[in-house]
Amino acid sequence: MARRLTRNGNGNGDGNGDGNGHRGPGERLAEVGEKVRSSQAWTSIFRPGSIFRKGYTDSPRNRSYVIMNSLLYHLHPVKVKRHAVKVSYTLCLGGLSFFLFIILTITGIFLMFFYRPTAAQAWNDLQTLETSVTFGLLVRNMHRWAAHLMVISVFLHMSRVFYHGAYKPPREFNWVIGVVLLTLTLLLSFTGYLLPWDQLALWAVTVGTNMMGYTPVFGSQVKFVLLGGTEIGTDTLLRWYVLHVLMLPFVIVIFMAVHFWRVRKDGGLSGPL
Amino acid sequence: MTEVPEHLLRRSKERRAALGLPVPGEPDAGGGGGEAAAGGDPDKIPAHLLARSQAAGEGGDTSPAATASPAGTEKAAATAVATAPAPTAKGPEGHTQRLLTVVKAGSIQDVRATPTDKVHVWPHLLIGEFVACMAMSAFLLVFSALVNAPLLAAANYNFTPNPSKAPWYFLGLQELLTMFHPMIAGVTIPGIGIFALMLAPFSDRNPSTKPEDRKFAIALMTLFLMFWAVLVIIGCFFRGPGFNFTFPWKDGVFFDL
Repeated sequence: MARRLTRNGNGNGDGNGDGNGHRGPGERLAEVGEKVRSSQAWTSIFRPGSIFRKGYTDSPRNRSYVIMNSLLYHLHPVKVKRHAVKVSYTLCLGGLSFFLFIILTITGIFLMFFYRPTAAQAWNDLQTLETSVTFGLLVRNMHRWAAHLMVISVFLHMSRVFYHGAYKPPREFNWVIGVVLLTLTLLLSFTGYLLPWDQLALWAVTVGTNMMGYTPVFGSQVKFVLLGGTEIGTDTLLRWYVLHVLMLPFVIVIFMAVHFWRVRKDGGLSGPL
Repeated sequence: MTEVPEHLLRRSKERRAALGLPVPGEPDAGGGGGEAAAGGDPDKIPAHLLARSQAAGEGGDTSPAATASPAGTEKAAATAVATAPAPTAKGPEGHTQRLLTVVKAGSIQDVRATPTDKVHVWPHLLIGEFVACMAMSAFLLVFSALVNAPLLAAANYNFTPNPSKAPWYFLGLQELLTMFHPMIAGVTIPGIGIFALMLAPFSDRNPSTKPEDRKFAIALMTLFLMFWAVLVIIGCFFRGPGFNFTFPWKDGVFFDL
């Protein structure tokens, strides 16, 4: 479509018309397309230079426009160092961690529709989700496995960065942000662990929170805050639910934004070894 | 006119005095003899230089002595010969050159970044990312279709499963719990670990990123990661009822993801 438009864009071109005002369907379609593209509605949506205005032909200018005119791609610079594109350098681990986070957000929102965080209802809701909700089981599986994969990929990403020495100046601060992100990932995973309210969840969290209770000086206070009481119960579930679906994602998104921003400000990926 | 730094003016004065040329801006004190130098007006090119350039333009191209040939006026020729030891002032077109300013070496900033080998993000990087995301999605979808996430019986306070294990990424800590006091294993060691990780860029003062230059850092990190991985694997697969050591091929695996 786009290519035809650029060829036949100026009306009676070299296309399907016979030159006597009779135009073929292709040409008429091209004209409609041209009208839509020059309408105010269309041009208000797509910024000047957008490939959706003029069509895409492969040129250095258009390659830049692809990045500059897209909010999502705009996370990237227009150009990167050649070695930074090599899969063998990054193994895509940072990007995949982010991608898994997006998958977890989407599947998590789906799960929230069918889940009530109370001790009486949580486990039954999961049963219903798995048995009566279309794709419920599949989405729950995806959420669970993606969570484990994210812990693994964030961990491997950290190892990769260490072995490349990429935490050295000027990237020290971004490494610190990265360690915070690793911690937040673990906390997100751990808070999600309780939500099914089955035997696995209950006793894993019991083990975890008992350990936290040994924090020096204010151990019992830490435990009390975490449990929302003296022992695990429906208050704990609500507390961990809010942490899991709202507070920790909110915090981790802020830290991720700083992390990605600093990657660019510090000069992109660290140099080749 | 551009302002000439004072030290350069002074130096030029000294040089002119040494060569016996008239110093601009001062009454003719040098031994220049019959030169009608443009001493009073600094904007005017001195007559002897004009004459020399004229001679150069018309005459030969080599030494000042050779250029002082019949072409110029007699007076100009004479001054040219008289000032012959001064360096030639002939430019490429035969024009007189004047020194405007001296720029010290290194005082000009090189604002252009050193060129690096760069590629466009579209298509080179975005295609790779797209393929990676698609592969990950496909893997996740297939894996989720084949393997179900565990959902055990509903939570029951009155029945403690044996063994009860933390999530796998905390099993290293739980493993430490069998060796140390809970405060050491559960709080102090992980706290110090996280803190030490954060401090890595500040404690590692070695500026090199080459693996051969950072053998110690790499060895330390590998040791740390391996230590952790071994603890997690033992916790996952080699711990049975009562969290006692067991072999997975003997008693089975007591582990849920």
